Amino acid sequence: MTTLAPPGKKKLGLVIDLDTCVGCHACAVSCKEWNAGGIAGPLTDEQPYGKDPFGVWFNRVHSYEVEATAAQPATTLHFPRSCLHCETPACVTVCPTGASYKRAEDGIVLVDEDKCIGCKLCSWACPYGAREYSAVEGVMKKCTLCVDRIYNETIPEASRQPACVQACPTKARHFGDLGDPESAVSKLVVERGGVALMPELGYAPVNRYLPQRERRAGPPGEAKAAPEETLDTSKLNPLLRWLDRALSR
Amino acid sequence: MHPAFSVIFFTTLSGAGYGLWFWSALSLWWSPGGHGALAGHGFAMLLGFVLVTAGLLSSTLHLGKPLRAWRAFSQWRSSWLSREGVLALACYLPFVALLVGALTRSHALKAMGPMLLALLALLSLATVACTAMIYASLRPIPAWSNRRVVPVYLLFALHTGGILLALLLAAFGELWNIGGMAIIVSSLLLAWLKRGYWRAIDRDPLPATRASALGLPADRVATVFERPHTEANYLTTEMGHVLARKHARRLRMIALVLFAVVPALCALPVYLLPHVAAAWPMGIAAVSVMLGAAVERWLFFAEAKHVVMLYY
Repeated sequence: MTTLAPPGKKKLGLVIDLDTCVGCHACAVSCKEWNAGGIAGPLTDEQPYGKDPFGVWFNRVHSYEVEATAAQPATTLHFPRSCLHCETPACVTVCPTGASYKRAEDGIVLVDEDKCIGCKLCSWACPYGAREYSAVEGVMKKCTLCVDRIYNETIPEASRQPACVQACPTKARHFGDLGDPESAVSKLVVERGGVALMPELGYAPVNRYLPQRERRAGPPGEAKAAPEETLDTSKLNPLLRWLDRALSR
Repeated sequence: MHPAFSVIFFTTLSGAGYGLWFWSALSLWWSPGGHGALAGHGFAMLLGFVLVTAGLLSSTLHLGKPLRAWRAFSQWRSSWLSREGVLALACYLPFVALLVGALTRSHALKAMGPMLLALLALLSLATVACTAMIYASLRPIPAWSNRRVVPVYLLFALHTGGILLALLLAAFGELWNIGGMAIIVSSLLLAWLKRGYWRAIDRDPLPATRASALGLPADRVATVFERPHTEANYLTTEMGHVLARKHARRLRMIALVLFAVVPALCALPVYLLPHVAAAWPMGIAAVSVMLGAAVERWLFFAEAKHVVMLYY
């Protein structure tokens, strides 16, 4: 049913730390690897080794250059983009078949690929680019928050988290219940001032992004040119002063 | 947005078909069997059926899984696409009842005639309104959520359908000169609406900024340092279509001439000179307006910008 159920208490989602993300794409690759064989699989690639490779990924890691302001120096911003499991997801309500749905019990937004007719309307309705259509299979694909991992009792408990979270080498990705103010992720969001993306559009994303910490700016004009190197010989000890004089001849 | 030809054919053809059903139902309701125009109206009803059905079939070509299209009738509580599907199907009920009534000369169906005609007219317009609402409800695409989109879709259906009915009446019956006036008025109204729409989409910014898309404070400026992928992906091909914006000015002029100027000029002699044969000018107007509608619809898709491109 594509009408939204009343919001549940549990809101599973990701918290992504933009301060520690180094843009290594490990999340994207491990996501692709797990989900190619999970319930959302296959994640088809067209011509993967050909001239114009084209394929479905649930994670896309963008890199930006953020210009300096009066108070902050310029920074590089690595930005992993994936489904935000919105509280009021338009991708669900526009679906004509009931293939798209938001789980009442934990808030995960999923696609039932056996019902999807591949009309692509949900991908148009999503401002975050979370859904990618597979022309090969004729159905829409999206992040499942690794629903086939996080509840999977056949794998070790430590592994019961999304593949992207487990793969991150800098622990920039955190998984948990953002509906519970006492959860580790909720506390992290409060502590670090986590933000929602494009809240003005009204889809109420669940995932949060932790902004980069304040940077120390270097000396003024640092980035422009290397300063001229000068040596004050009067401050050297006698031996070095002699050496300097001898080598300067 | 990527302009899929199946969807352009669907919205223009079935739009014209629903407009044709609306006008012929209204015209028959107004003067049942009068003026010896039954042949023209009969052909109009049948042409409406052909256009609507061709459009609907074409729309299924857009689907990845056309055989599952029946599932789209289920979510009418939340989805405008589903509502459109339900109403599109519902339109066939009064049409088939009218057809059976006309063929069998059944007295029961004849008595229900006015009600069936009113139902057909209403359902036709409601279907077009649902088609428009599919686009008008998408906030990430400001060119589609513009408030003129629903009136433009409705008026295009009435305009194209009206000109087709005028052609059929001129060819097989009698076209009143007031029909010419109606075409001139709808041409002007549509041109005015589309000009307002084009100005609005040129002026209005996207409803979000790159800073808010990245969760940055509003005063930080981010430029792309490295794309997430070296090749195209679904998002860049579907949402990042740029061809039309390059040629937008010229294509808008072409569309405007084809859907408004030419039909209005063709309708002028029909209005002013009631005794001149109207079939030829109406034929030209019909071909022109259908081409103009296709160009306009192509632009409607191809010019629209999607918020997701803020990331690229």
